[in-house]
Formats: sequence, structure tokens, C-alpha cells
Amino acid sequence: MAERRYTKTHEWVTLDGKQATIGITDFAQSQLGDVVFLELPAVGRKLGERESFGVIESVKAASDLYSPVAGKIAAVNEKLAQKPELVNSDPYGDGWILRIDLAGELPSDLLDETEYKKVAEASAH
Amino acid sequence: MLETIGVRSIDDLLVDIPQSLRLESLQLPDGLSEFETIAQVKALADRNRVYADRLTFRGGGVYRRFIPAAVAAVTSKPEFYTAYTPYQAEASQGTLQAIFEYQTLIAELTAMDISNASLYDGATAVAEAAMMAYVHTGRNEVLVAGYVHPEYVQVLRAFGEGRGIKVRRGDQPNKKTAAVIFQQPDFLGLLVDAPALTRAAHDAGALAIACVDPINLAILAPPGEYGADIAVGEGQQLGLAPSLGGPHVGFIACRRDLVRKLPGRLVGTAHDAEGRRGFVLALAAREQHIRREKATSNICTNHSLCALAAAVYLTYMGPEGLRHVADVGFKRAHNLAERLADMPGWELAFPERQFVNEFAVRVPRSSSVVKKLARKGILGGLDVSRWFRELRGVLTFTCTEVNDAKALDQLVEALAS
Amino acid sequence: MTEPLSFELSRPAVTPPRLPDADLPGPAPADVLPPEMLRSRPPDLPRLSEPEIMRHYSRLASLNYSISENFYPLGSCTMKYNPVLNEQAAALPGFAGLHPYQDEDTIQGALELMWRLERALCAVVGVERVTLQPAAGAHGEWTALRMIAAYHDSRQENRTEVLVPDSAHGTNPASAALSGFKVVEVKSGSDGRISLADLESKLSRQTAALMLTNPNTLGLFEREILDIAEMVHATGAMLYYDGANLNAFMGICRPGDMGFDAVHMNLHKTFTTPHGGGGPGAGPVGVKAELVPFLPAPTVERQNGHLTLDYKRPQSIGRVRSFYGNFGMLVRAYTYILAMGGDGLSQASRDAVLSANYLRNLVEADLEMPHKGPCMHEFVASAHNLTSANGVRALDIAKALLDRQFYAPTVYFPLVVPEAIMVEPTETESKATLDSFAAAIKEIVAQAKTDPEVLHAEPRSTPVGRLDEVAAARKINAYLVGQAEDPILRWKAPSDTA
Repeated sequence: MAERRYTKTHEWVTLDGKQATIGITDFAQSQLGDVVFLELPAVGRKLGERESFGVIESVKAASDLYSPVAGKIAAVNEKLAQKPELVNSDPYGDGWILRIDLAGELPSDLLDETEYKKVAEASAH
Repeated sequence: MLETIGVRSIDDLLVDIPQSLRLESLQLPDGLSEFETIAQVKALADRNRVYADRLTFRGGGVYRRFIPAAVAAVTSKPEFYTAYTPYQAEASQGTLQAIFEYQTLIAELTAMDISNASLYDGATAVAEAAMMAYVHTGRNEVLVAGYVHPEYVQVLRAFGEGRGIKVRRGDQPNKKTAAVIFQQPDFLGLLVDAPALTRAAHDAGALAIACVDPINLAILAPPGEYGADIAVGEGQQLGLAPSLGGPHVGFIACRRDLVRKLPGRLVGTAHDAEGRRGFVLALAAREQHIRREKATSNICTNHSLCALAAAVYLTYMGPEGLRHVADVGFKRAHNLAERLADMPGWELAFPERQFVNEFAVRVPRSSSVVKKLARKGILGGLDVSRWFRELRGVLTFTCTEVNDAKALDQLVEALAS
Repeated sequence: MTEPLSFELSRPAVTPPRLPDADLPGPAPADVLPPEMLRSRPPDLPRLSEPEIMRHYSRLASLNYSISENFYPLGSCTMKYNPVLNEQAAALPGFAGLHPYQDEDTIQGALELMWRLERALCAVVGVERVTLQPAAGAHGEWTALRMIAAYHDSRQENRTEVLVPDSAHGTNPASAALSGFKVVEVKSGSDGRISLADLESKLSRQTAALMLTNPNTLGLFEREILDIAEMVHATGAMLYYDGANLNAFMGICRPGDMGFDAVHMNLHKTFTTPHGGGGPGAGPVGVKAELVPFLPAPTVERQNGHLTLDYKRPQSIGRVRSFYGNFGMLVRAYTYILAMGGDGLSQASRDAVLSANYLRNLVEADLEMPHKGPCMHEFVASAHNLTSANGVRALDIAKALLDRQFYAPTVYFPLVVPEAIMVEPTETESKATLDSFAAAIKEIVAQAKTDPEVLHAEPRSTPVGRLDEVAAARKINAYLVGQAEDPILRWKAPSDTA
């Protein structure tokens, strides 16, 4: 598996060839609480970098989801419709959200694990 | 108390208010005893003229109906009327369960999947439904077909302007149309071809919004049966006094796949650790206090107590009782329509159209007709030319179970005299 | 204790209520209407006798906390006692029996009441005119913003942004967005008040209005309100007052004098109309002279003692509600104002401030106070320390209070305070009530430090314990996307959901 990169808005991305998989981070799911719903786009839609593509909801909170990369949606995690809790239990595995066929390169300002940890720690206060 | 706080006077607590803003006193009279207060209020009430229920033939969105004594007996329980919005579920099960029952009753009545916990009135319900259609379709025009209540359309326009939604009259939707809105029966009491309007909306990729009369739904095909997407309406007839137009209650119900765009509160069932069933506010993450500027609606306070009245009313009536009052209104209105159309110079304004319990007649000298009736203690027809210029000389009359046979005779005699 | 649903209590054998017959010749619906217009299946309404109905709803009533029985220290909600006289007034046949389309000549008393209520509200908040049409606070906010938009339009100014502090009620940004504005957030400073520096950086020629609550949602008076007003007006924008906290200073000062151009009021907070389990309320909006042309139509006008409804208002934003608003609530509020008088309203606010500061002082030893006092009519405490040290959250404290017969304070609001507990005691509670509430807080906090697990399991004495909202929400969402058949949001006969 390729190295996981992060955004300041708590999404993660991994790259397999020209296809990116994205999800939300363990820190993000812990802040949100028990996820009860994800509003997700259709396969085939084109997304720009930083474009909002959906909403993730817990009972008491809702957050917009942003795409860390630009490209075309190749797959949406269908399991989340019935089991949104996968985002809580396995945010980096079965709780993935979208696969995107990359339009170009990965943005250069993505964070590595150490950098992201600092961001998460700062937002926890 | 001041001592505990450690200040000498209440003024010491108001130090943050700049001196230049401080008032000496309010420019209002001093307070009154309870006895004097109610005497003054009653003096104002006495300056109004109250027409007898049985002699009220004016409708136009607010109707005189028989209100079972059980309704006020329930809504005047302080445990209901002095309770707050049920945010703390464990301490609000009474309100929550009553709303859940109301939601089910409205869903049954309209034959839609899900109803919300209530809105302000029929007008804002229409406007909120249009907002749902705008968000759902991404289109910014709504079409108002036929004689929809003029005040509902005015409110719809005011709501629409804020979001750049155009309101047009007509029944020919196109690619820009977010929704076709119709009223069944309409403001004049006329029945519209609801299934055809619904099909036309769907063929254009728009939603069909049906504004319906809750009592007449006992007779008429409900929106769910002809495939409307959103059903809305005014619930005043379900146990609420006319009260110069409010507070009443707006209802809104929709198809399952639109529920996430439904404005306002929703109550659902949930269970506690011991497995007991309870009721909670559900899907709150759609609402303004969480989504803030991204919420589909800003509604917070709704009309719970009026929804409670509606629930008691519908439970009291049951399916047979509701059908009975609807049938009585139907029969009496048709009887009256025939008699009025027989009067010299009078005719049905739309003789080819069907109606339920409200109908339009074209009469000579409409304003003197209304005045003549008022002199005899009768609140007669509503002059609809006030809103529709093409309807000069048209009055609408309505009959319900409170307008007994003798009252109809009195009306006809008064007109003949 | 739980109560079955009316649908579950329903018995097919119940005799329908006795109702009048038509007593006239006339057709039945099926005689004249085409079959496709008729309902194919009757609605599945419950069938209950009147005694069963009364017992059902009496039992439901007993499951509620309410102002009539419990202390409701709900911050921002002003849950004060609802005088019973108000109810009697609204039920007078001379009000309750009025049809909205009666001729003006026959409703002079009702119009006079509306006119007098408008004058009284103008006096309390310091504005030129008031519309009584909006049905609730959020509706009033939106109405005011529509007027502000119309005002800027009339001056051919294209202003697209509304500034909202980060501590504001959620309805503020929602109302602004629905009015077509882009919402720009203004930050609070460390003292809990709006940051003037941040405000300055966000004000521009694009700004249509700043929406402000004063005292703010932390219960703190915005000391620099006059400077704020000057800054806002200097850019040509308008200042909007969210009246949720008006109970803090009736007769002490007025939003109009502070420089606010539009003011909404919640009659169901400040003016004691009951909350009704979530409504109906009423949200009148007061405006200064420059916004008067844009008021919703109709307005109530009085000339030589004769009252009329004025529909000819060419610059009006139109109509925001059918008829004339929640008239029954207007009667209640007017009755309250009449009984209280100017002197009584002033005293009410002073007492509300006294109560809040007294209670704040009592609980200060037990709960963290993130901002320095004195407060106005409410204060915000934080359970943050208990959360980090003992794992006890604001929610646990709220639930533990329910077990002690107190309704819970507002929790997790405002968003700028972690584990916020927002307490508004109001002037209608006695010192004894405040003392016992403070004692309950002390007991709960002591328990949090010694035996926090107990608190997680509260409430125990309520009809149901903590409900699993997560499981419920997941089931609802499964239904909404077509993956389950039990709707959760309504009752269905067991056979229909199997």
C-alpha cells in the first residue's frame, strides 16, 4: 500500500497508480462521534481539488467532505449506506469513502503523518 | 441575594451598559391588577363582532368546524402548553410521543411516507415545499397552477425572492421548473385534475406539490395516491379556532427519498438501555442549529401545540367521524349551491367544475349582498375579486357540519328578502 | 413508565362519535365525482372512545417536564412562568371567534389590540414601527433580513454579505443564507465579546448587515456596542438585533438607542406566551424609520381612532405569513404587557439579572466560568475540567439534573465554549428554587469527582432512560435509502413493516 497523505481538513488519500482512495482520518471520526449517514456523490462525477462532494453526519454534528485531489469518481464505498459505522471502526480500511481517477498529480501541499499529527493535536484544543 | 453576589444594588450588576444608554423608565403605563387587566382586554374583545358558527358561510382558508371538547381539555393541560421544545428527550416523552402520533396521522391522511412535526401555517408550508423542490432539482422556477390561495402565493413569492426563485402562474412545466404547485380543492373550492398536474410535473422532471384540505381528504384521493412528491396544507380545521387567522398549523409530508430535505423537526422512535421504547428528535443534523447557513430551512420554533390539537381532533373523529363531517359539508354545500344558483341573476361561476364544500357564485351587486347578510347576523360569501380581478362579482360560500339546515334556510331567506 | 401509541390502543369496535347529519337533500361524493377523484382506502386513523382519549393524553402529559411543574434553566430560551390570565384572554370569544376575512369594521377591537401591542413593543425596544406577522423568532430574523436586502436594493447597492458572530444562534446564519446572503463569521475575543479587530477586517462595502445578540449568547453585554454600531453604519451596513436575550434589559436600555436598525422579539420568550412544547410562538420585528417602507403588508394603521389594514405599501417585501400572524399569541403578549406595565417590565429584567448573578455566584465554586462576570440575565459555565479529569460531560450533568426534577440547562451552546452549560434562571423563580438548583449542581459535581460512572447511567427516574439516538438515526437512514422498511419516523401496523 502506498503512503498515506493527509489534509488540514482531516481527509486522507492514498495512491495506487493513477487512482486515489480517500477517506476521513481517525482523528476526524473521533471528533465527529458515531457516524450515522454519509451523503455521497455518483460515480463518474468530476471533482476539483478542495471541492465539496458530500456530507458526513453524526447525531449531533455534520461536516462537509472535501476532495483532496482533482479527478473523476471511479467508485463510491457502497457499504457505507448500510454501515456508516465503518468510518468509525476502520477509517483507513473498510471505511474508505471514494476512489478517484486522478486528473493530474497529487497536490504538493498534502501533509505526511508527522505533519498531520501536529495539525490534529492543535485542533483538539 | 445581593450580599451573596457581593454588590450593593442591582445597578452594580449593570456596569457593562454604557451610562449614555441607560433609561429612566419605559414610556408605558404602570401595571394593572389582574381584574383591571382582563377588564381592559375584554373591552377590546367586545369591540369585535363575532358571527355565530352556524351563520358563518365564509371560508377562504379558515373554516368554522365543530371542535370536540376533548381538544381544549388536552391542549390546556399545562404539562403540554408550558413545556419547551423537547430537546431533553427523557423529560419530554409526552410531547414527543404526541408529535410522533401527529406525524403518523398526517402521513395516513395524505398517504405520504413521512410527515414532519409541523410548520407555521399553510402559506409557509407551500413556501417551504417549494424550497425543497428548488434544492432537490437545482432548478429555480416554480409554477403555480390554478387558483392557489392568494396569500400562500404571496408568501411563496417573498420566500422565493430571498433565494432567487421565480414564481410563475401556469400549468405547463418545462426544463427550468422545480415544482408545480396546485391546491385541491383550490381557493375557490374547485377541484383540479391533480393526477394530470402531477404527471405533467414529473414529465418535465419537476416535483408535484399538492396543497390539500385535511378534512376533505376523507373523500378525495390523497396526494400519495396520485404520486405527488410533497403534500402540504393548513391544519386549522383540525380542532383550532379561527382566531383571526392564527395560530394554526401548517403540515408537510413527503416521499421517503425527500425526507432529508424536509424542513423542521422530526420525531422518531429509539430505545433505552433497558429496551424501553421512547421518542427522540431525529435527523437533527439537517437543522439550522447544526448546519447553520447550510440548513435547508431556518425554522426552529414550530407549532407543536396546534399539532397536538390536530392529533386529538383526528383521534376523536376516527376514520368514520372524519368521513362523516366531510360528507355533511359536501351534501350541504351542493344543496346550497343549487339554491343560490336558482336565485334571480345568480349563477355558479364555474358550472362545469366539481367542488366539495366551498363553491363560487357570480352575483349581481356582490358588496351589497355581503352587507345585507351582515345586517342579519350572517357572515356571507367571500368577495374574491379582491385578489383576482377577473372574478368581479364572484363570492365563495362554504358549508360545514356547523351550518345546520335551518341556517341554510336563513341564508337563502335573507338573500331573497 | 411508557404509554402505548393511540394506534396501538385503537379498537375497531369503538363507536364513532355522534355528529350532526346533513338533514338536507343533496348528493354524496360518489354520486357526482368521478371515481379517480375519490379516495380508494380510508386513512388508518385510530378509533378510541373519549374516555380512552382523555386517559391517553393525560398519561402522556404526565411524562413531560413543564414550566408549570419544573425549573427550566434553559439558557437563551427565557423559560419564565406563563401567566394563566394570558390563556383566558386569548380564549375570549371576541378574539378566538374572529374570521380573518371579516370586514375591518367588525374587528376594530382586534386591530386596536395589535396597534397597542405594536406601540408597546416600539417603546420597549426603541424603534419606529413593528410588524407582528412573523410566526417565530427565526421567521422574524428572516423577515428583517429581507427588509434590509430591500433597503440596499432600493439604493442600488449590491451588498451580498451578512456578518454573524461565532457565538450566534444557528438560526442567524440559516436566516441570512435563506435571504440570499453569504454568511461571514466574526470571531469572539478572549473576553467572550465580539472582536472589534476581526469585525473591522470583515466589514466592507459588501456588508449588508451585522447580526448581533446583546447581551451575547455568553450572557455578556457588548460594552462597545456604540463603537460597533458606528463602525457598521460607517460602511453603510445595517445593524440587526437578535432579540432572544431581550429579557436582560427591558426598561434598562433599548436596542434602538444602541444603534440597531432592525430588532426581532420572541413573544414566547420575553413576553410569556407559552412555548407549547415547541410553538406556536411569535416573532415581531421592529424597525427604524429607514426600513419602514419595506415592512410586510398589511400594517395596522390608526387614524382618528379608526383602525385599518394598509395593503398599499409599494416597497413592502410582501407577505411573510397568511393573515396577520399568530394573533392568539399577540393577545397573550398584550395581556402580559398590560398587567406588568412599564414599571413591571423594568423590574422583571432587573430581577432576571439578579437571579442570574446570584445563581452564577452559587455554582461558581463547582463549575468553571470561562468569562468574568457580572453577567446579564444568563451565564455560561463549562464542564471542560470535569470532562478531562473525570470523564463527566456537560450532557451527563444535564441528565443528572433531570433525575433531580430540574429540566436541563442548554448544553453545548454557544459553540465557542467547550462543554458549555448555559443557565438562564429568569425572574419568575424564587430564591429557594435557585438555592436548591445550586445544591443539586454541587451534589452532581461531587459525584463526578468520586463516582463518575453513576452519572453516565442517569437519568433513572424519568419515564425512559437515555435513548440510543445513534441506532435510531442509522435505522432511519437505512429506511430513507430503501434498505429497511420500518420508517421509525411514524407508526406502521406490525404487518406492514414485516
